[in-house]
Amino acid sequence: MNEAISYSPLLAIALAAVATYASRAAGTFLSGKITTDSAVIDWITCVTYALLAGMVARMIWMPVGALNELPDWMRFAAAGTGLAVFWLTRRSVGYGVLAGSLVLAGLSWSSL
Amino acid sequence: MSTAPATPSSPPVFVSPRAAFWGGVREAAGVPMLVMGASFIGFGSMLRDIDWTVWQALLSTLSTWALPGQIAMAEMAYSGAPLTALVLAVGFINARLMPLAASLLPHIRQPGVKAWRYYAVSMLIAATSWVGTMRRLPDLAADQRLSYLSGYGLLLYTMSPMATLLGYQIAGHVPAPITLALVFLNPLYFMLLFLFDLNNPSKVLSLAFGVVLGPALYTVLPNWSLILTGLIGGTLAWALGRSRPFQKRGRR
Repeated sequence: MNEAISYSPLLAIALAAVATYASRAAGTFLSGKITTDSAVIDWITCVTYALLAGMVARMIWMPVGALNELPDWMRFAAAGTGLAVFWLTRRSVGYGVLAGSLVLAGLSWSSL
Repeated sequence: MSTAPATPSSPPVFVSPRAAFWGGVREAAGVPMLVMGASFIGFGSMLRDIDWTVWQALLSTLSTWALPGQIAMAEMAYSGAPLTALVLAVGFINARLMPLAASLLPHIRQPGVKAWRYYAVSMLIAATSWVGTMRRLPDLAADQRLSYLSGYGLLLYTMSPMATLLGYQIAGHVPAPITLALVFLNPLYFMLLFLFDLNNPSKVLSLAFGVVLGPALYTVLPNWSLILTGLIGGTLAWALGRSRPFQKRGRR
């Protein structure tokens, strides 16, 4: 268990929900009043991409929970297989995800 | 955008708003439902893995219904990040819903429809439902569009808590390697989705900066690393992408 947590998950869930609906409501309010190719929207997209890319890199390299107990190379091998299959199947996200997950399951199975 | 030629496989035209609602349900109940379902199964497994309750998992899916933000929320809350950092990160991640809603709803607006209905239906706007409905709406009769979007979005919205529950339950009852694979679904899925959608230089730069800054900042400033990665990496990429050399390269 993690002891750094100092607030209830419910509070985190509620605040995340409000922070999310705010964007939907703002978009509804603004619909028809702004164009969607403005510089501000581009900037938001870039921030989101960088943020999520950082999060995904960390989830693969330094994950929380049980994934963290596997050796790093297993997660890298699974992600690498996913990437390889993705390119080999002419960028099929589905096959890539499937292959990567199977490799992770197989490798962790063999190490138990 | 609706320049696709009419082919035998072109989607049907509906006879009434009611038929459009069920048409939306039917059209969502294929690949969109499977992809979204797999993601929420992964989310359910992840929350089981970090010892949250099933009710917390369900509440998050029903109240937020935007997966990348939900995952960031759970990761940050689990590692004890300050709530300010958490709200900023989730707010930015899900800020993409703003342009999605702003670009989708003008197709749906009709005289005489009360404003609250648009605010209600905006809850059903997510990346998956936007992609799926945006290309169909211009072809539908004006009075069928709200119904179509409602049907499409409601199917995905009601299926998501079921998938979350399924993922949560599976994670407790299958061998550990299968749980691990389920938890690993979403990082894999997001990684490949990014590579699928690399159509301009500022997106490529954002990804590159994010991959480098994310783990690097995490080792120095774990609590604020996500939001700083986004703001620093994203702003740099955005500024570089607008600069002259990249503008030229971006044009095909």
